[in-house]
Amino acid sequence: MIRKLFAAVAMTALMTGASWAADDKPAVAYDLGGRNDKSFNEGAFMGAEKFKADTGIAFKDFEIQNDGQREQALRKFAEAGFSPIVAVGYSYEQALKKVAAEFPNTHFAIIDMVVEAPNVASIVFKEQEGSYLVGVLAALASKTDKVGFVGGMDIPLIRRFACGYVGGVKATKSGAEVFQNMTGTTGEAWSDPAKGGELAKSQFDRGADVVYHAAGGTGIGVLQAAADAGKLGIGVDSNQNGLHPGKVLTSMLKRVDVATYNVFKAGQDGAFKPGVTVLGLAEAGVGWALDDNNKALITPEMKTAVDKAEADIKSGAVKVHDYMSDSACPY
Amino acid sequence: MSGPSRELPRWVDIGLIPLVNLSAAFLVTGLVFLAIGESPVDSVIIMLNGAFGYGTGLGYTLFYTTNFIFTGLAFAVAFHAGLFNIGAEGQAYLGGLGVALVCLSLGFLPMVIIIPLAIIAAALFGAAWAFIPAFLQARRGSHVVITTIMFNFIASALMIYLLVSVLSPKGSMNPETRTFDPNAHLPLIHDVLAGLGIAAARSPLNLSFIWALVCAVAVWLLLWHTTLGYQLRVLGANPAAAAYAGMKPQRLIVIAMMISGGLAGFLALNEIMGASNRLLLQFTAGYGFVGIAVALMGRSHPFGIVLSALLFGALYQGGADLSFEKPTITRDMIVVVQGLIILFAGALEHMFRPQIARFFSSSWFKAKEA
Repeated sequence: MIRKLFAAVAMTALMTGASWAADDKPAVAYDLGGRNDKSFNEGAFMGAEKFKADTGIAFKDFEIQNDGQREQALRKFAEAGFSPIVAVGYSYEQALKKVAAEFPNTHFAIIDMVVEAPNVASIVFKEQEGSYLVGVLAALASKTDKVGFVGGMDIPLIRRFACGYVGGVKATKSGAEVFQNMTGTTGEAWSDPAKGGELAKSQFDRGADVVYHAAGGTGIGVLQAAADAGKLGIGVDSNQNGLHPGKVLTSMLKRVDVATYNVFKAGQDGAFKPGVTVLGLAEAGVGWALDDNNKALITPEMKTAVDKAEADIKSGAVKVHDYMSDSACPY
Repeated sequence: MSGPSRELPRWVDIGLIPLVNLSAAFLVTGLVFLAIGESPVDSVIIMLNGAFGYGTGLGYTLFYTTNFIFTGLAFAVAFHAGLFNIGAEGQAYLGGLGVALVCLSLGFLPMVIIIPLAIIAAALFGAAWAFIPAFLQARRGSHVVITTIMFNFIASALMIYLLVSVLSPKGSMNPETRTFDPNAHLPLIHDVLAGLGIAAARSPLNLSFIWALVCAVAVWLLLWHTTLGYQLRVLGANPAAAAYAGMKPQRLIVIAMMISGGLAGFLALNEIMGASNRLLLQFTAGYGFVGIAVALMGRSHPFGIVLSALLFGALYQGGADLSFEKPTITRDMIVVVQGLIILFAGALEHMFRPQIARFFSSSWFKAKEA
């Protein structure tokens, strides 16, 4: 009898132990673009990989095949005891609202969207600030005073990129012209490199010589078109300078990797904090990329100008307009 | 093709041949898994467990099954009338619009009124979308294969316009409608069971599964126990004979296609009213096309369709679990597996038939039978 009791206690201890260990089971659910999109989703993957390298804690990830699987993926992770679970992309909003309510003891994080729940951390970025900086660089690099922007899906979030970029360009050269195109109005606009390339070419035909993309997988075509035409492209989200060395002026970094890493880290330390986190220049959540691939393209004057702009934004001397605050762009 | 000299026994036609096709598909799948260094046996165990091994998994399997029953039946009804309706995708998409309009505008009504209204709207919108190709086929001889697939594209463009510019709430980043009022949600099976005091795992399986089974019985009754069903089958077997017998082929073509479109529209009950509770882009996710394979594999008989729908449902859910468990098996691998099954069960359906027919007409088999 006593032995039986002892066994039962040991069993319970084991099970509790298992549920404690569950706190160290981080997971990522990617958006439709998939893990290796060289851009937004890949950022999350890189952050998770870095966490694994630093801590030795393995993570699990899942690429959804269709919208219906969003809920399924989150629920499956939660049921299997994963926490924290990072949902990459604003499209997870509805699914996360549902699943977060079903699993109040599981920690979730969502990137690019605010979901208000006591167990959800929402991480959004000030894309307008990073875009402003690459706008400054684009204006200085342009010889024709005409620059381009290719967006992915036409949504407020991407217009926020565009607006910040225009702000940076106009603040540097008030007479400069900015051509803007959006690839489409549906999710397919994130994965259409052929169309992205065509849009970039049409902007080159109109005289642009630098083009910035905020279009996920579509942007691969934009950068390719720029490299083919001997013009300059500007990458986004991840550091894309290396895709066409010497042909990519810079990349607007949106540190999805840092965001993912921090969520995982907080989960490990038991310091998960729900609520909204806004990552801007001051928090090093956005920025621009300078490495061996584009060193030669960035002249000392450009470096000085962009450093000044960065300092001004951080100090508050320059306030970059947020398109999503009033659905309008004043520049 | 040259038919077998002798009719195959029925159990061979509906049982053995699909089984042989399926085994061939799994064999090739196993080879693919071996090639990427995964154990096929392990993978099959994970898939089976994922599809049937636990409550939530089973719920998802039946949820997907519901979709395939609707689109499989849709294809079968037209197929019996000799029409190759590959527009279930677009018809289901429009059915979603019908369901969403009812749920969005009449969300204040009690559930018992909304559900029948949504069923009617789904059928009407789906049928209306099938009507135009049907009419063109009946009156102008424009082939439904061409027109229905073109109508899929038109449906897609129309829904993008509506969702992006008209139906999505202002300032929303997702092209989708607002979530329906709670009255306009189809009850989930686990909630219904909980009401009866039975604990069931949470899944999106909802009452439309029951409706799908009702539809399967109704299609069976229609095709084999009504005059209209008889006429449809005669039209499919021999249009000239149908006309000679005094049936009206033009009218029958339109009726068959509209029934088909209406059944496809019911897909939206499951996806829109049951699971997502809002209208969103591309919710049809290829179910309309897979329905063709489901119907072919089920020999266009409602009972066979329910079974093959269950197989495809299990593949979808088991496949999702497999890519969840094994990082080397990506979502693209699952598409390969599904593609192989469709290839063997649908496209290469007659590959093994001559050999099997020869076997059953061989002297050895006859001697044994005698």
